[in-house]
Amino acid sequence: MSLAEFMQHLVNGTSLGSLYALIAIGYTMVYGILRLINFAHGDIFMMGTYLAYYGILFTPIPWYLVFILAPLLTGLLGLVLEKLAYKPMRGSPRITILISAIGASFLLQNFGILVFGGRPKAFPIPGILDTTLTVSGVSVDLISIIIPIITIALLVILNFFIKKTKTGMAMRALAKDFETASLMGININGIISIVFFIGSFLAAVGGIMWGIKYPQLMPTMGVVPGLKCFIAAVIGGIGNITGAVLGGFILGLGEILLIAFLPNLTGYRDAFAFVLLIVILLVRPTGLLGEKTSEKV
Amino acid sequence: MLLVENLHVNYGGISALRGIDLTIKDNQIVTLIGANGAGKSSTLRAIMNLVKKAEGTVKYNDEDLTNLATMDIVKKGIALSPEGRKVFSNLSVEENLILGAYTVKDSQLVKEGIYKVYELFPRLKERSWQQAGTLSGGEQQMLAVGRALMISPKILMLDEPSLGLAPLLVNDIFDIITELHRQGNTILLVEQNAKKALEIADYGYVLETGTLVLEGGGKELLQDQRVQEAYLGEAAK
Ligand SMILES: Nc1ncnc2c1ncn2[C@@H]1O[C@H](COP(=O)(O)OP(=O)(O)OP(=O)(O)O)[C@@H](O)[C@H]1O
Ligand SMILES: [Mg+2]
Repeated sequence: MSLAEFMQHLVNGTSLGSLYALIAIGYTMVYGILRLINFAHGDIFMMGTYLAYYGILFTPIPWYLVFILAPLLTGLLGLVLEKLAYKPMRGSPRITILISAIGASFLLQNFGILVFGGRPKAFPIPGILDTTLTVSGVSVDLISIIIPIITIALLVILNFFIKKTKTGMAMRALAKDFETASLMGININGIISIVFFIGSFLAAVGGIMWGIKYPQLMPTMGVVPGLKCFIAAVIGGIGNITGAVLGGFILGLGEILLIAFLPNLTGYRDAFAFVLLIVILLVRPTGLLGEKTSEKV
Repeated sequence: MLLVENLHVNYGGISALRGIDLTIKDNQIVTLIGANGAGKSSTLRAIMNLVKKAEGTVKYNDEDLTNLATMDIVKKGIALSPEGRKVFSNLSVEENLILGAYTVKDSQLVKEGIYKVYELFPRLKERSWQQAGTLSGGEQQMLAVGRALMISPKILMLDEPSLGLAPLLVNDIFDIITELHRQGNTILLVEQNAKKALEIADYGYVLETGTLVLEGGGKELLQDQRVQEAYLGEAAK
């Protein structure tokens, strides 16, 4: 493999990893606070992509505004999903909530089939983004460069939000102890809504960039990436945001480099995530950055 | 003035509180003493609506708090430092204090609050960036009390603030409670250490398996024979 080719794969892997990271954050944030695996998260990602699709094709709104509005709307959708599917179940046994999550996932997929149609649609890529750059023999899609840049920018903002703002502190407090958090006067439901909003917003940003990079939309398009990003979150240590990002990048880069170096294994591409998951959980059951949930009392 | 009337709390089928009445007058220290499992924590938790009241009302200056959400009760100026410290172990000392002031919108007031807590507990100031989970037990207790002070509460409820502390630190905590009282704070204190609590209290209640069996001025209760036998043991002269 030439260096140029390798660089190309590296860029592709990084951008796929970025997308995984963006989606994985939603899983890990929700789990961190509610100990709930939001199985509908992959479908939220799908909804975000379709919202952008319709926004571009069927409204006069310029594409760059659509790329902001669609994630905002998807954020609201995630927030509503929590209110309808999860909040009424709070305090119920975990299995009940899990089933509600799976139900929500099916509901969104079937909504998609009914309303968007089951046939694949081509994502309308804005012309300016639809170019390939060639730098000293390495040619890559412009979007593959943009994806990591936007991802990193969003991660920096998210990190600031969680570390420095009062709402971010409240999120971290909630992840530890609901009851004491409420004694601080924290609006628990409000914070949970914000967490769902952020997770869904990021998934939609990921979805739009996914649509530009792999421009085929289907109502079930969220299933496999959703599963992989859940795995990424677990690999990184579920509940830990840095871990989810790390897991996303490991998975994305690993997947691309695997098929680059061992093209025979291309068919096993999706299996890579599961194998990696098994190996990591065997070695470190808490995931790479996860801590044991015991604490000093 | 905080007024608790006919408070009942049940856990499952078992009743933990069977109709208790408390009056906490402004600028007083009122203490609630009783054996383990008597229902002291349940009383404080029911006031904050952390547990459901089966019956009864809670009023603060004619405002009905009975059915308010916990966060809204906090907004009325009532703070609880819960039993067992419950600091946010994954947050720094300072972040814990900032969250204590979550309902305070004026950032200047938050700064002043932190300053005051550090004055009260210089140990916390030295450790302001330390993760609360790595503090010693006594330091965590100081943080829990300091955190409850951050809203400058109209009523400060402390659930066993001296639990698990070395005798010297216990004295420190009681000194601080006395000092807060002197500054005009209203305090509802739950304590294992009945003697010390009654010594500083204006008024006291004795709780036995969910029922109030005795009440009176702090000094009075100290002299009461039943209290001496049941809660002060050999300490009674
Ligand atoms: N969440 C709960 N579920 C079931 N029973 C409970 C619960 N919390 C308290 N109880 C029971 O209610 C009774 C009163 O408990 P509470 O914690 O109020 O006592 P306490 O006076 O604070 O005791 P201590 O001095 O040990 O802290 C006890 O019998 C306890 O077992
Ligand atoms: Mg107690």
